Amino acid sequence: MTLFDKSNGNSNGETNGTDLSQIVAQRGQPLGMVIEGSVSNGVEVRLDPGVSVEQIKVGTFVTLQGSDNRFFGVVTDIGLGSTDPRMKYTPLPSDDPFVIQALQGTVAFGTVSVLPQLTLPDVVGDEQGPAAAKSIPAHFSRAYTASQEDVETVFGSEEGGNFWIGSPLDMETKLCLDLGELVKRSMGIFGKSGTGKTFLTRLLLTGIVQSGQASSLIFDMHSEYGWQGQDTDKGVTVKGLKQLFGAKVSTFTLDEEHSRRRGLSTDETVKLGFNHIEPEDVDLLRESLNLSEVAASAAYNLREKFGEDSWLKEFLDAGKNGSLLELAEELQVNAGALRALYNRMGRFTRHGFMVEHSRVDTAAQMIEHLERGQHVVLEFGRYGDDEAAYILVSNLLTRRIHRKYVEAKESAMGGAGKEPRPLVIVIEEAHKFLNTAVASQTIFGIIARELRKYNVTLMVIDQRPSGIDSEVLSQVGTRFSCLLDNERDIDAVLSGTSGSRALRSVLSRLESKQQALVFGHALPLPVVVRIREYGTAFYETIQGGGDSDEEKKRKVDELFG
Amino acid sequence: MSTTSGNGSGQLMERRVGEVVESTSTSFVAQCYQLEGAPALGGLVRTDSPDIYGVVGTVTTEPLDSARPVLARGEDADSEEDVIRDNPQLARLLTSRFEVYIAGHIEDGITRQYLPPRPPRVHSFVYACNPEEIAGFTSQLDLLRLLLNSGASHADEIVGACIRQAASSHDQPNYFLAQACRTLSVELAADVARLNAILRRISP
Ligand SMILES: Nc1ncnc2c1ncn2[C@@H]1O[C@H](COP(=O)(O)OP(=O)(O)O)[C@@H](O)[C@H]1O
Ligand SMILES: [Mg+2]
Repeated sequence: MTLFDKSNGNSNGETNGTDLSQIVAQRGQPLGMVIEGSVSNGVEVRLDPGVSVEQIKVGTFVTLQGSDNRFFGVVTDIGLGSTDPRMKYTPLPSDDPFVIQALQGTVAFGTVSVLPQLTLPDVVGDEQGPAAAKSIPAHFSRAYTASQEDVETVFGSEEGGNFWIGSPLDMETKLCLDLGELVKRSMGIFGKSGTGKTFLTRLLLTGIVQSGQASSLIFDMHSEYGWQGQDTDKGVTVKGLKQLFGAKVSTFTLDEEHSRRRGLSTDETVKLGFNHIEPEDVDLLRESLNLSEVAASAAYNLREKFGEDSWLKEFLDAGKNGSLLELAEELQVNAGALRALYNRMGRFTRHGFMVEHSRVDTAAQMIEHLERGQHVVLEFGRYGDDEAAYILVSNLLTRRIHRKYVEAKESAMGGAGKEPRPLVIVIEEAHKFLNTAVASQTIFGIIARELRKYNVTLMVIDQRPSGIDSEVLSQVGTRFSCLLDNERDIDAVLSGTSGSRALRSVLSRLESKQQALVFGHALPLPVVVRIREYGTAFYETIQGGGDSDEEKKRKVDELFG
Repeated sequence: MSTTSGNGSGQLMERRVGEVVESTSTSFVAQCYQLEGAPALGGLVRTDSPDIYGVVGTVTTEPLDSARPVLARGEDADSEEDVIRDNPQLARLLTSRFEVYIAGHIEDGITRQYLPPRPPRVHSFVYACNPEEIAGFTSQLDLLRLLLNSGASHADEIVGACIRQAASSHDQPNYFLAQACRTLSVELAADVARLNAILRRISP
């Protein structure tokens, strides 16, 4: 029907005589005008005739041109209104397109609720940036969909050194993140299994490596970040950080055989000595090893008796020699508990990455790489499925690395030495070691709580955020949430954020893949992002800047030589 | 004579359909020069100096002398034309009148779609508007409000007829219709049932 053509229906008459496309470029498409509102509830926009409610989605960005200010906001609700309350009881010829179209947009109209969140500088490119909105636009202010320029003004542009992570809902505009801000606080990546957490994490990590804003240490449970990862949907492999960045990334493995079988070389193989395990580690493993509290605490007695370096070895030897009973008596611990500890630790230490004594300090090796500005990926290979191994190794190494960071930071503050580079530590299945029962003991709980005091922050990836200790979660500054359907998980992810009611409905309506609600510290306002495709086109944006000729040659040698 | 006649008095003469015989602030009645010579319901007419525009609302044909009612005469006639031919005196015993609702006026060359300060004088000539005049005058649509509130019991019919007729004088009838719908929707925002009734009358 051309009768109620959009350009004709534009009752504001503002576009008369001006080039429409020019206005759209600057301000986006006209939507309607403000008819009521409040600061606490946002404003109600009545849609122009010709603008269909179906064109607009919850989460769409909108600008509102007030008389003195331009506001930037987000659509939180969409409704249908009428000027005549009796309309709903009036029989109308729904099959007569003429009548229906005449009523639409006039007597029967669409409304959108917009929460104005920022005021924009009047002139695009003005020095002063967006500021939090403390007022609302006046009656009859015009509303427009946000333009590319608006989005860039608010979220930053790629040219401005920010990292392009995807596009806002229904826009082709690049949505960028300030990685410098991002790594200042811990961040979380949440979502059900298969929603794209791993892909998003990989994307963010490439951004971090590329920008050089921080070093990263990745406890790569399923070996998907180092050399390559799997795209299970398409049945292909995707490039990992090592392939993209070569020497900037060092890969460590717990499972040399696994790497070799896949035909991949790794830079270092990690062997942990019994001497590296501390009673605190045993405490953490209580749940995964199914140990009683008494059994776990026996480890402290053993350390007291045999000393820091050799308690585990001496204990296991005693067990082998059949002298557990005497030992129990001597330490005054329950013999059954001690036997349980012996059995579990005995089994655990038979893992291939454990050796009786190791003089190699893996943590120190890693720190060396990190200090050189490199990024470290520790692949777990077949041990990735072993919860206890993942928890033990990641804790054990992180504890040591953190200790070094604390020392470095403290001496830097005392004027000796330079500040350690910011470090982002990536852990998966975070609820297993950040649950309320153990969060206070694990090093990760400590890191999360001390903020960035020592320049170390966490990137936690989890499909069950409700399992994470709420205090720890509250320290997760920037959150990326893909689709979640468990109510408790949604509550957990949104805890402590303002306007969580509106976000809730957004969160539960995300697409099942490659879409995330991003909010928190690093962003001026929450945004739904269609995550950038991680694939060939993406690699090309890196290759140019990423590899020196020398590195390329080295890579070729690595592949064929 | 007003400049709006444009095409010379000859053509204007042809469009002269009657003469004002009664006049009030909101409407006037004109008597036709020809029996059954009234413009159609909803048609736009105007008077001259002052230029007052109006929309035909009620057309009446009746005996001049109300004491002598018209009687049926065609029982034996073959056709209706025969009845007229065989009773030539009838034309002098009957008269056609039409009532016009004032829709606006022209003041200092500017079209005003609200009531003029004074209605047309009795004996003012009444002209049917030509398509250019119709398109020009109905490029504004505030007249619809006057018609809707005219108090005529069949105001909705007058509005519907007026819009249908005016549409054909516009280069883009559909655009005109859309504008008219929009104006009606504003005027009748609180009465969807009435709006619907009129919309159905103008639906193409
Ligand atoms: N940014 C992306 N680019 C390309 N494919 C993606 C992206 N995000 C998700 N996918 C697709 O979705 C699948 C599941 O993503 P994945 O990150 O493995 O989910 P999760 O880690 O949440 O279980 C991938 O195998 C891939 O096919
Ligand atoms: Mg995954």
